[in-house]
Order: sequence, then structure tokens, then C-alpha cells
Amino acid sequence: MSLFSPALLVGIPLVSAAVLLLLGKRSNAWGHFLGTTASIASFGVAVAAVMHLVSQPVGSREINQTVWNWFTVGNFSVDVTLSIDALSGVFILLITGVGSLIHIYSIGYMSHDENRRKFFAYLNLFIAAMLLLVLANNFLLLYVGWEGVGLASFLLIGFWQHKNSASTAANKAFILNRVGDFGLAAAVMLMFVTFGSVSFPTVFAHVGSAPGHTTTWIALALLLAACGKSAQFPLQSWLLDAMEGPTPVSALIHAATMVTAGVYLVARSNAIFDLTQTGRTAVMIVGTITLLMGAVIGIAKDDIKKALAGSTMSQIGYMMLAVGLGPVGYVWAIFHLLTHGFFKANMFLGAGSVMHGMNDDVNMRHYGALRKSMAITFGTFLIGYLAIIGVPPFAGFFSKDEIIKAAFEQSVWAGAAALLGAGITAYYMSRVMFMTFFGKARWQSGVHPHESPAVMTIPLIVLALLSAVAGYGLLHVINLEEWLTPLLHPTTGELPFNEALLLPGTLAVVAVGVVLAWFAYGSTHEIPVQAPRGNAFIRAARADLGGDAFNQEVVIGPGERLTATLVAVDEKVLDASVMGIADTFTGLGGRFRSLQTGFTRSYALVMVVGVIIVGAVAFLVRLS
Amino acid sequence: MGPQPFTMPHIEYSALAPVFVLFVAATLGVLIEAFVGRTLRRQLQLLVTFGSLIIALAFAITQWSSHAVVAEGALALDGPAVLLQITLLVIAIVGALLMAETKADPAGDAFAPRTSAIPGSDDEREFTMRGWTQTEIWPLFLFAVSGSILFPMANDLLTMFIALEMLSLPLYLLVGMSRRRRLLSQEAALKYFVLGAFASALFLFGAALIYAASGELTLGAIANAANQDSSTTSLMLIGAVLVLVGLFFKVGAAPFHQWSPDVYQGAPTAITAYMSAATKIAAFGAVMRLLYVGLQGLQWDWQPVVATVAVISMLVGSSAALVQTNIKRVLAYSSVAHAGFIMTAMLAVNPRGLAGALTYLVTYGFVSTAAFAVVSLVRSPAGEANDISQWAGLGRKSPVTAAVFTFLLLALAGLPLTSGFTAKFVALSSAWNGWTGGVVIAAVLTSAVAAFFYLRIIVSMYFSPAKDDISVTVPSTLTRLAIGVCVGITTVFGFAPQAVLALVEHAGVFVS
Repeated sequence: MSLFSPALLVGIPLVSAAVLLLLGKRSNAWGHFLGTTASIASFGVAVAAVMHLVSQPVGSREINQTVWNWFTVGNFSVDVTLSIDALSGVFILLITGVGSLIHIYSIGYMSHDENRRKFFAYLNLFIAAMLLLVLANNFLLLYVGWEGVGLASFLLIGFWQHKNSASTAANKAFILNRVGDFGLAAAVMLMFVTFGSVSFPTVFAHVGSAPGHTTTWIALALLLAACGKSAQFPLQSWLLDAMEGPTPVSALIHAATMVTAGVYLVARSNAIFDLTQTGRTAVMIVGTITLLMGAVIGIAKDDIKKALAGSTMSQIGYMMLAVGLGPVGYVWAIFHLLTHGFFKANMFLGAGSVMHGMNDDVNMRHYGALRKSMAITFGTFLIGYLAIIGVPPFAGFFSKDEIIKAAFEQSVWAGAAALLGAGITAYYMSRVMFMTFFGKARWQSGVHPHESPAVMTIPLIVLALLSAVAGYGLLHVINLEEWLTPLLHPTTGELPFNEALLLPGTLAVVAVGVVLAWFAYGSTHEIPVQAPRGNAFIRAARADLGGDAFNQEVVIGPGERLTATLVAVDEKVLDASVMGIADTFTGLGGRFRSLQTGFTRSYALVMVVGVIIVGAVAFLVRLS
Repeated sequence: MGPQPFTMPHIEYSALAPVFVLFVAATLGVLIEAFVGRTLRRQLQLLVTFGSLIIALAFAITQWSSHAVVAEGALALDGPAVLLQITLLVIAIVGALLMAETKADPAGDAFAPRTSAIPGSDDEREFTMRGWTQTEIWPLFLFAVSGSILFPMANDLLTMFIALEMLSLPLYLLVGMSRRRRLLSQEAALKYFVLGAFASALFLFGAALIYAASGELTLGAIANAANQDSSTTSLMLIGAVLVLVGLFFKVGAAPFHQWSPDVYQGAPTAITAYMSAATKIAAFGAVMRLLYVGLQGLQWDWQPVVATVAVISMLVGSSAALVQTNIKRVLAYSSVAHAGFIMTAMLAVNPRGLAGALTYLVTYGFVSTAAFAVVSLVRSPAGEANDISQWAGLGRKSPVTAAVFTFLLLALAGLPLTSGFTAKFVALSSAWNGWTGGVVIAAVLTSAVAAFFYLRIIVSMYFSPAKDDISVTVPSTLTRLAIGVCVGITTVFGFAPQAVLALVEHAGVFVS
């Protein structure tokens, strides 16, 4: 087995997780070191593998490894094959790189938690599952990874079981993700039925010869899956609740990696989406709605993590919009996914550092003036802030600008929405910035903000550096577009207006957002410690724009009603109608009943009805 | 005219060795009950039981490549039958390990010290205090096992009926012998017996009608008669429907399933663990032989019948399980749904469908047995803690038990990399052809619903505060071995499904 074996990549964190879980308390003392080392080792393998790819000629940049033949039924065979190519190579670096930084940070952040070892075991489990998801060379194996990250995310959201809200949030995330997973399962089955195979090469090679409507259905099922995992409309609401988990989890899983799995799925399946305009349009619409929705929710939240979660939703909306644009957008979606991974992980960890110094208070109305007492956190958060709102030369500027441009090339409406989103982003992020680090201190009594230990600030500094330079670096030094060309086949389109207008226009919109936020939350403004009631718009945004109401009506309600109906049919209607038949038919019902024990009789009569049903079926078929 | 000369029937004793070994051992068990003193009985019975089961298993394995009709046409010894026999015998050994457990209940094993004592009476208290255990369970169990391995071999309707009763009668008794909650247990036994008798009557009536229509009892001959003479098809069809209903009752398919939640709940959990797997495997073996050999010519008539029952089973099983609060009832309704999945595979009337159903039976049997075995370990002072709310927080109290149960639930839900996925995949994909594809879609949708109630239990084990009065018994080696065997087999079938697929492929098709 060579150094850059994909199996090794997945295997290291998986074994580490198993060791930590099996040894239990015995590994408490060194568990966090093992977990962190495993993640860093995996990162080392990822770097070696990608370096190897770089050294190969463009056409053969792929490492395939068949671990074992999973099963063979007739001429349908599924192998456990892992492959590193240009796209998964980018992802493994992001997952293990950011993952390792977050492991290091967690050593400090979780130092007071008695279950720290278990936390690291779950983080390792997550890393392994996420790597499996992106390395899988067929949709069934991808599904295993997909379920695996869901499980790890579920365990980590509910990590603080003593908080009731954490358990509820974990459950909600699980249920909404099941809806999405159903989409993925449906897509896999449709592929099996249509192509007789679920491996990427076969499916993508034959998708052109499949009937158009089948392709569209597969694309829509994949979109449903993406919506669940990536918290896109209409399955978005779990992400806000998922903030109940420890903050490093929010940074790793609910910002940098897992929630982008939907974007990966669509980008990976570009051969399918290229063939269906309906599918692409649906992806675009979902992305556009979510990017605006998330941004609006971000305006209204006083909880710093929920404000950032709204922002994550919105930024992934950008990525979805970009993959929905087709070949002009895929590369930019991945580009934004990477830069977002850096700056959002940076800001989440920054928020964690703030919470660490504020006795785990998350309410920004209790913050203020923290820039002096937490200089490093402030500095790194500032860079993340400049990156997300898209100030040159920070990372977000390059990636968001490309998406807005690509959106305008495809549709003026999508472009305008993306531009508007950039303005709102500037507004709500400035709000977070001003409320947390500027203005007057509104600290609760007994809170003494202090800077976090080095084990937490060093990852912040590294991520801040990446947030600063990754945009320029990926675009112009590494040339991400060229790197991904063999897989994503980017094209360029025509802007409906002079290209020279785009950059100043975008910057002007961003500036308007920042200025408005300055007037509302800047230093001269008093921020009430109790949230004002706000107008109808703000109240709706605080209620996640009706996300929960929607779930209740559309997802949970009908499910409950259907179940209740079926159960009632089984227990009441069936029994009752049987009783009715008995009484009517024989007239001896009363005497009959007194001779028999109640339940057994009704069971037997249900059987009689069953005999009549199956008999009728047999004869009706015969007659027809 | 003198008396007809008597011709000895030709019996292949070596082929029937597993059944004979068990039957003789069971009879020996009865003699032990009659002549051996109380102190030695248990040891002797355990020796006889495990010894005979292992010898029977060894004989069954030697038959692995048989493909013949034996015993004057009454029995068929072919790949599917032997595969199911081996599975049944392994599950019987696992079940016997669970029945022999005496560490789980502080008062002794899971069975009433003397069944004749009135529940709550002074007699009962006295027997318990003396620490007596009942050893009649062992011969009864061996009779049931010998019936179960005869069932999938039965090649004529009468033998099939005898096998059915040999399996069922001892089980009716065993169900009523629970040490705890004896009234519930006795009520379950009576219900099971009355309804079982009703189902047997339907079976016999159906067999009589088939005989009337064809003049034959052997499955192969029935098939020939049906092909040659179509004037009696209607009569044959009514008979077939009734025989099938009798068997559907045994496998617990809806709407003939209503006994199963009550019986699974009331029976001693070791018995539930055994019968949930064994009756399903044995009776489905008979159903498949009947459909694929005896009624092969009537395929177009029975397919819609089986499809209807499959869909009703999946719908009722999955939806009713959602609202149950008792863990044994959840597993019972889940087994109703699983019966539907197995029947879906049978709709593909070809070797792939047969292979799909066999794979499902073999994998499901071990998961179901192990799940009930775990259920027997989670206890409160009053006995087993079967209410799901009592399982809350088990993940913290006993991480290993919770992890094993989670694994089994995931296998029942059919997640990839578990044996449940392999089984569902092979079973459902075989029926994906023509109109039966609609049943497959129903199966996929209901299995998505079913995932919820398995996951709900997992959620409550890991994300709810623990209950104080619940403890997980540390079982003796017996139960650990039983669960270990099942979990091991399930793991192998999940990660390397080729193991089970190769077995099933080797089993081939029914002899006709």
C-alpha cells in the first residue's frame, strides 16, 4: 500500500475513532492527542496524494483503489472503490486541513468537558465518513459516506445531552436529513434501474443515452438530497438549530465541510445536470431563494452562532446557484466552497473564542467593545469579515465576484439576486462585527472577557491567513480553474452589460450595506440589551422565515396524519367493520360474542376478511 | 380378493438423519423427565439438546449438495431446503443458548418454575423459593425444531401439515410458560393456539379442495394435474388461497398477523427470539415450495394474491410499528413488514426471486434473534423493561448493549454495509420487472417509513436522560455467545455479502 492510498486516508481516522470508543475511559488522558494526530496524519496522506496527482500529466490525474468487491448479483457488481481525482483531491485537503485545525482548537475549547475523548472520537468518525463521501467512486458508496456524516453530525449536535434543546435539535436535523437521504436513495435506485450500474464512470458515460425525463428525475432526486444535507430551501431549518452543538462542530461540519456535500454532489454529477435544463433551473431557484433567505435570517438573529448559521445557509445558496448555472458556474462554486470553508471556519472558531471568554453567552446584545480584550480573536475575525463581505483582496472577494458574474451571464434575475445578497451580507456581517467588537461594553455582571489560549488562537491565525490569501492564491497562483477543467469543463458566457461596471457596482452595493449597518449598530448607536420587538419583517426573520411552520405543515404533519390514519384503519376500522359484518350477517353477534374472548374473536374475523380479500383478488384477476 | 400386499415404503434414512436425530432426542428428553431425578435433569436435558442439535447440524451439512425427492415423494431434499435447515439449526442452537440462560433473571431462567401453578398462588411462590426450574421445555423445544426443519422439505400437503403442527404445538405451550407476567403469557398462548387452530383448519380445507380438484397431494403431481386439466382450476384456486392463508398466518403476514404482537410480547423473550426467526424461515420455505413447485402453473393467479398480502403487510407493519410503545411489539410489527419484503422477492417467479427471498430469510433470521436476545437483557426490578421509554439513555448506562442494538436496528432498517441492505437489495431488485415493480416501489417507500421507528429507538437510547431503575444484566457466556454468533454473522453478511450470496447461489432451485 503506497503512502497516498485513499484507503489509508479514510482508515486512519476511522481506526482512531474505533480505538477511542472501544477503550472508553481508559483513553481519556490521551484521547484528544490520538484524535488530533490521526487527523493530521490523514492530512499528510492527502497532501502526498495531491502532490502525486500534480506530478502526473493532466490526463492521468487519478488514483483508484478497489478495497474489496462489495457484492455481485448477476451482472451487477459493486466494488468499494475509492478514487482521488482533481475534484476529490481539493476536498480531501479541505476536510483534513481545516479538520486538523479544528481538532487542535478543540483541545483547548473542550478542555473542561468530561467527555472530551468521546468528542474527538466523533470528530474522527466524521472525518472518515466525509472522506468516504468524497472519495467514493460509485453512488452507493457515496451514500454510505452520506449516511455516515449524517450520523456523526447527529451525534455531535446532540453532544451536550444535558441540554434539552440539543437533543431536540439533533432529532430535527436527523428527520429533515432523512427527507434528503430519501432523495439520494431514490436517485441511486433510478440509476440502477436505468443504467444497471451505480459507478460514476458508467453512469456518466451512459447518461446521454437515457430518456430525458429519467435524467431530469435523477437530477431532481439528487437536488432533494443536496437540499437536505446542505440546508437549502425548503429543508433549511435544521441548520439553525444545529448550532446547539459545540462550536468547533459548527465550524467543521455545519460551515466548512458537511453542509457543502450537496454542492459536491451536484458538481460531481455534472454530466447528469448538463443534460437537463429543468434540473439546472431547479438548482438555481433553490440556490437563489436560500441565499436571500439565509441572509435575511442573518439580519435578525441576536445569537452570534445563529447569525453565522444564517450566513452559512446564504453562502451555500451562492454555491448552489453557481452549480445550477451549469458549466459556467461549477468551478466557481467549488472555488467559493473552499474560500468559504476557510473564512467561515475562521469566524465560527472566532465566535467560539468570544463565547469562551464570555462564559458561553451567545447573545450579541451582551457583547460589545471586545476588540480590546480579545485582540487576536478580533484581528482574525476582522479578516474573516472582510473576506465574506467581499473586500479586495480578501478571499471572498474573488470567489463571490466570479459567481455574481456567472449568474449575470446566465440570467439577469439570478445576477441581481446574487448582487442584492452581497449587499445584505455586508449589512448583517457588519452588524455582527459592530455588536461584538465595537460600541460600548454591555457585558453581564460577573463576565470578564479574556483572550483564549494559544492552542485556540493559532488555528484562528492560520485560518485568517488562508481567508486573506486563498482567493488570490487559488485563482492566480494555483489556477484552480485549470486544475478542475478536465472534470468540470468550464465555459464562459457573455455579460449583458459592460464587464467594467461589475466590480465597482458590486463594491458599491457592499459599501451601502456596511454604511447602513454602521448607522444602525455603529459606535454612536445605543444597542438595547433587550431585543426590541422590531417590525413584522424582523419578527418573521427571527422566526426563520417560517421554516418550522413549513416543516410542520409539509413534512411532519402529513406524515403523522398518514400514520394515524393507517393505524386507525388497522386497529379500528378493520376491527369495527368486521364486528359490523358479523352482527349483520349472522344476527347471532351478541351470543357469539359472549362465547368468545373479545380480542381473539376479532382477530379471527379479521383473518376471515383477509381470506375474502385475497380470494376476491385471485378471482377478479382471473375474470379480467 | 385377499388383502393387498404390503410394500415397505422406501425411506432414505441418511437423508432424513437431522429430523430423526432431533425426534429421537426429544423422545429421550421425555423419558428423562419421567425417570431422572430433579437434580440431574437440567444437565442431562442440556446435554441431549445441544448434542442432538449439533449432530443434526452436522448431518444437514453433509446433505448440502443433495437434489432429490425422497421418502416416496413426501419430502424434497434440495439446496433451498438444506440451506434453510442449516439456518434453522444454527438459530435453534442460538435459541437454546438463550433458553439456558439463568443469570438474566435473579429468580432463575425465563420460564415459570411450574406451569400448572396458578399465577400469584402460594404454590408458585414456593416453587420459586426452592429455585426449581422447569425442564420439560427442552423436549418441547426439540420437537418444535424437528418440525421446523421438516417444514421446508415437505413435498406433499399432508407432510406439510404435519410439519406445521409439529412446529406449532410445542410453541403454543412454550409461549405460555413465561416466569414473569404470567397472565399475559398464558393469554398469548391461548390466543396463539385458538387462532393457530383456525389457520390450520383453513389449510386443511384448502388441501382437501386441491385434492378434490386434482386427485393429488404431492406438489409435483398437483402441478401436472393443473397443467393437464383446466376445468377444475377454480376449485384448485380456492384451495390454493386457503392453503396459502394457513401458511401466511404462520409467517405473520398481514392481515393474518394480529396474533404476532400479542404473542411476541407475552412469550418468554428467549422463545420470542427463536420463533420470530424460526417460524418465519420454516413457513416461508414451505410457501415458496408450494408456489414455485405445486402452483407454478397458476403463477398468474397467485402473483396478485401474494402481491396484495405483501403490500398490506408492509403498510400495516411499518405504520403500526410507528405508534407502539413496547419494544417487543415494535419488533413484531417490524417482522410483519419484513414478511412483506420477503414476499415481494417471491413475486419474481425465477431463480433470482428465490435467491432473493432465501437471502432475506437467512440474514433476517439472525438479526431478529439477536435483537430479541438483547431485549431480554434490559431489565427493571419487575422483570424485563420492554417499554421504549425505559430504554432512554441506555447509550450511557451500557454503551456496548446500546451499540449492539443500534447495529441490529440499522440492519433491520437496511442501511448499506449491513446485512439488511444486502437482503433488501437482492430481494427487491429481483422483483423489479413489469407490474411487480409497483410492489417494489411500495416496499421502498415503506422501508423509508420503517427507518423512522428504528431510528426513534436509537435516538431515545442516545439522546434522552437515563432512567434510574433500569439496569442491563451482565449475561453469562451463554447469552453473550448467542448474541455474538448472530452479530458476527450479520457483520460478515454486511461487509462481505458475497458470503451469503454464494451460499444461496449454491443452494440453487427447488427439485420438482
